[in-house]
Amino acid sequence: MTFDAQQVQDVLIIVVTAATPLLIAAVGELVVERSGVLNLGVEGMMIIGAATGFAAGYSTDSTLVGVAAGVISGAILAAIFAFLTLGLAANQVASGLALTILGRGVANLIGASFVGLKRTPAPHLHIPGLSDIPLIGKLIFGEDFFVYFGLLLTGAVAYWLMRTRSGLTLRAIGDNHASGHSLGVPVRRIRLLAVLFGGGCAGLAGSYLSLAYTPFWSPDMTAGRGWIALALVVFASWKPWRALAGALLFGGVTVLQLVFQTWGVPIPPQFLASLPYLTTIAVLVVLSIRDIRGAAAPASLGIPFIPDR
Amino acid sequence: MRIDLEARPKRSALREILSPVVALIVAIVIGGVVVAIMGRSPLAAFDVYFVEPLSQSYSLQAIAVKAAPLILIAVGLAFCYRANLWNIGAEGQFIAGGALGGWLGLVTHDGAYQAIGSWWILPAMMLLGILGGVLYAMIPAALRVWLNVSEILTSLMLVYVAQLTLDWLVRGPWKDPQGFNFPVTVNFDPEATLPILFDGGTLHLGVLFAPIVVIIAAVVFSKTIFGFQVRLAGSSPKAARFGGFDDKRIAFAAFAISGGLAGLAGIAEVSGKIGQLLTTISPGYGFSAIIVAFLGRLSPVGIFIGGLVLAVTFVGGEDAQIALKLPGDMTLAFQGVLLICVLAADVLARYRLRFRLGGKA
Amino acid sequence: MAQSHATDLGQGSKATPLLAVRDITKRFGTFTANDRVTLDLAAGEIHALLGENGAGKSTLVKMLYGILEPTEGDILWQGAPIRLADPNAARALGIGMVFQHFSLFENLTVAENIALVMPSEVKLDDAPAKIAEISRAYGMGLEPSRPVWTLSAGERQRIEIARCLLQDPKVLILDEPTSVLTPQEAEKLFETLERLKAEGRALLYISHHLEEVQRLCDRATILRLGKVVGTCNPRAETPRSLAALMVGSEIKEVKPAGAHALGKERLVVSNLSLPSPELHGVALKNVSAAVKGGEIFGVAGVAGNGQSEFFAALSGETLAREPNAIVIDGSPVGAMGIAVRRALNAGFVPEERNGHAAAPDFTLSDNIVLSSHASAGMTRAGFINAKLAKEKARAVITSFDVRAAAPDPPARTLSGGNLQKFVVGREILRDPSVLVINQPTWGVDVAAAATIRQALLDLCAKGAAILIISQDLDELFEICDRIAVIHGGQLSAPLPARSTTREEIGLLMAGMGGSGHAH
Repeated sequence: MTFDAQQVQDVLIIVVTAATPLLIAAVGELVVERSGVLNLGVEGMMIIGAATGFAAGYSTDSTLVGVAAGVISGAILAAIFAFLTLGLAANQVASGLALTILGRGVANLIGASFVGLKRTPAPHLHIPGLSDIPLIGKLIFGEDFFVYFGLLLTGAVAYWLMRTRSGLTLRAIGDNHASGHSLGVPVRRIRLLAVLFGGGCAGLAGSYLSLAYTPFWSPDMTAGRGWIALALVVFASWKPWRALAGALLFGGVTVLQLVFQTWGVPIPPQFLASLPYLTTIAVLVVLSIRDIRGAAAPASLGIPFIPDR
Repeated sequence: MRIDLEARPKRSALREILSPVVALIVAIVIGGVVVAIMGRSPLAAFDVYFVEPLSQSYSLQAIAVKAAPLILIAVGLAFCYRANLWNIGAEGQFIAGGALGGWLGLVTHDGAYQAIGSWWILPAMMLLGILGGVLYAMIPAALRVWLNVSEILTSLMLVYVAQLTLDWLVRGPWKDPQGFNFPVTVNFDPEATLPILFDGGTLHLGVLFAPIVVIIAAVVFSKTIFGFQVRLAGSSPKAARFGGFDDKRIAFAAFAISGGLAGLAGIAEVSGKIGQLLTTISPGYGFSAIIVAFLGRLSPVGIFIGGLVLAVTFVGGEDAQIALKLPGDMTLAFQGVLLICVLAADVLARYRLRFRLGGKA
Repeated sequence: MAQSHATDLGQGSKATPLLAVRDITKRFGTFTANDRVTLDLAAGEIHALLGENGAGKSTLVKMLYGILEPTEGDILWQGAPIRLADPNAARALGIGMVFQHFSLFENLTVAENIALVMPSEVKLDDAPAKIAEISRAYGMGLEPSRPVWTLSAGERQRIEIARCLLQDPKVLILDEPTSVLTPQEAEKLFETLERLKAEGRALLYISHHLEEVQRLCDRATILRLGKVVGTCNPRAETPRSLAALMVGSEIKEVKPAGAHALGKERLVVSNLSLPSPELHGVALKNVSAAVKGGEIFGVAGVAGNGQSEFFAALSGETLAREPNAIVIDGSPVGAMGIAVRRALNAGFVPEERNGHAAAPDFTLSDNIVLSSHASAGMTRAGFINAKLAKEKARAVITSFDVRAAAPDPPARTLSGGNLQKFVVGREILRDPSVLVINQPTWGVDVAAAATIRQALLDLCAKGAAILIISQDLDELFEICDRIAVIHGGQLSAPLPARSTTREEIGLLMAGMGGSGHAH
């Protein structure tokens, strides 16, 4: 079996498109966790983003409106989480799970009347000349705009976290919220903004699935990608660029399934389908062996904060 | 606006018992509003969801049959959650138990081992079911204890793996050769099927596991040193180590109990209700049980009640699909709202809220 | 009587005070932490805020820094009432604060920690240069790029001070600044403070160390149970009269140990080396010590030099590889857990009352089960003997005068002093032959501290070997026979308490002992 160069490019394009939703959701969650909050509800925010994204996009025939709906619905779900965990200092793990369950239910409700419908995929970049360069043109200059946005987002977050004052403040409260509070940093307000940002990103990632990746709605279509995004944050040691590397790795695993299937390798499809989940576990294990004390994690991650006043 | 939390000076037992009840009422009201928005009568929906299931014998039995696995799993989860271990993969452990126990039902099919008697088949199936759940739970437990890998992510990932593996087994090696290529296995022999308690009913023997487990768990939590260790390890891990309790052993034990009970629930469902293996054997019991565990405030008796409440919404949800043409996912959404209300109410039982305008922090 | 001194004060009191508090009250629920407190702070003075643990000092200064909101009363800035919405508002006025438990971010660098509170005009990239500048000016020796977790307590405090000075404050509040310093480091701090005073700044100095206050402060306001009980010139008072004001009753003298017969060695540590199980913890290096029956052995040291790691190794919460590293009454237990050591009749009291020595949400009788579940009759066939546990809890409550609101309340409802009496009493009533205790009277009121020290001396008189880890040098000199110093995970050779000076111990605390391991 041989590949020609054109096929290599096609495969790489699939890697990139499979990686994009993971990257966007992971970068959003990375910001949340850097602020010291663990929102396990990424899967729920993602699926609701997929449902509302498709519903709005289909109804208005506008990808942009769909994307906006996805972002907003993810942020709304995140706001519920913020109310529980920041306002009421409820347990973050349980609240994240609640968000996932609620998100799935509501998304399936919203999506019910859109099952089986299809719409044209989100537009791809086309720069005459550049996009037509053989072998690499489509890969570099012909992706859909989510892909470029994901890269831009990663770079922007990386710069913002490490090079700006507000990014520094966010990292500081993730390290020690009590110190932040006694210096007058508005801990809960910053965390609220971070959680909303994370929700918006998860919603965006979800809408990518239903507006560009598939592009249709089906119940439970996120298939654990939200959870994989959470694992990616750990894999990335809370550093944005490493999240990109991790997302591409998972994109690669997804493509492996397709490649094996087209090659006709006699492996049951169920096992190929479980590859991303098994890879997630393997990746977490490797990371833990490297950093068994959890030195890379933000020190106040998941700890509720109740300011006295 | 700023929300301030002020610890209530005294904990009140009444307030703590009432808080899930208040949460349920609030969730029902929110559900009613949603139903109204969808253009149906909230009162009719309330009737279908919460009244009718309780007024007919067959639906009461259906409630018990649905509540049993929820209660079994949730009691197990309570051991984990009390110990501050977040096993969210009970769904996978349920499937593992159902599959391993169900395997015995398949190999004893058609009286295959009748020569050595058949009395042992059911007990052995139950034990294999427990074993399957325990073994499957040991994966996240071992990774957590030895390598400090988040049990949340690993236990959840293993749910997908279990679902896909069962799917493969039932479509592949375990498929009924005479099944017209449907993805189902053969039916179990009567000797491998949990007996029905009343003629013509749906209530099977496995339903009785739930109350028995609830009673045992209640005693373990409140009277034994093991229950004390689990509670202590979750509440003050440093104090538990100071007490000389081995936190690794506690973690393994909590996961084993949790996985074992989920596995038992799995095999009871397969052997008692389904009677064969299918590609999907659970309507999400493992996840709904998380809600049951919190609704019951992680106490066995509370979980018993919580399991019944959630089972009512499952049965009512099925009726509502037919009677009111409300989508089945309504139930799932309601359960999510309910869990959020329970978590909020739990905080409010311990803290007083004060809203202030214009503040920050 | 002390009020009479308020009129004959030196500089600053005639002009309008820079910062003043008028009848301030702060309530948390039903608890009144500050009750109509009034205080003046003038430019160019060092003003002491004296008081016992729990007297309300920290609450008061948190209000002055905008962290807490007063329930009633006014804060005046140069005579005009102000409302401090948050610490940013306080900083904008020119109020700086050095916290007792530093408000630092361990995983950020020195520069990042400081840049966080710089005015927004300062570019983030310029911060390291500015920090180096102020560090040079005050001789602080700060390296901007080091992560904070690698620094000693003294260095951390200098970051806090530098962070305040960068904003050129008019008022500087210091909360128990010497509690984490060696005597020599404290000396250096005093020089800096004198200099800040000479620059015309006002300093509010919180302490319960009378000598320090007498040496440094021009005026003292004394708080007791949330109320001002006097304002005075500390130099015109005796330590005794100040202490009497602070405590409000005659202080019970602890009976000195005096000369007593020593028995055989009951607790022997030899060449104990252990990596720290904690992130950013301190590794123990070659620690050796031997404690005889009838002896109190003190371990001095600045916080964070391996005390909690040493305690965990002694208690068996962390295991050594070498069984002979720790020997209790002849049994090598280095590799055995805490339960085995308790069975050999050793008792342990960790530093943290809530969450380590006791589980806060568990009742007192449950907390008896916590440490004595393995002793006779406490469990039968896996079931807890709740009746016995309640009886034992009652015994501790009566013999150690533990004040509780209910017969068997959750541990968290007890005050610090009462809970400490409970966890110490729990061990002492078991009549241990070896007792290891970390910070026996930390954050405890004077009366409870006296009860605890007396109980330790009585236990010692019965022939027990006692090892006390403490950061309070006064306490160690008061009750110990020998004192060794822990620094950077290494333990010095013990010195006899009666013939050793604070300075000698202080040098060892700074790592400048004879072994030459200074860094």
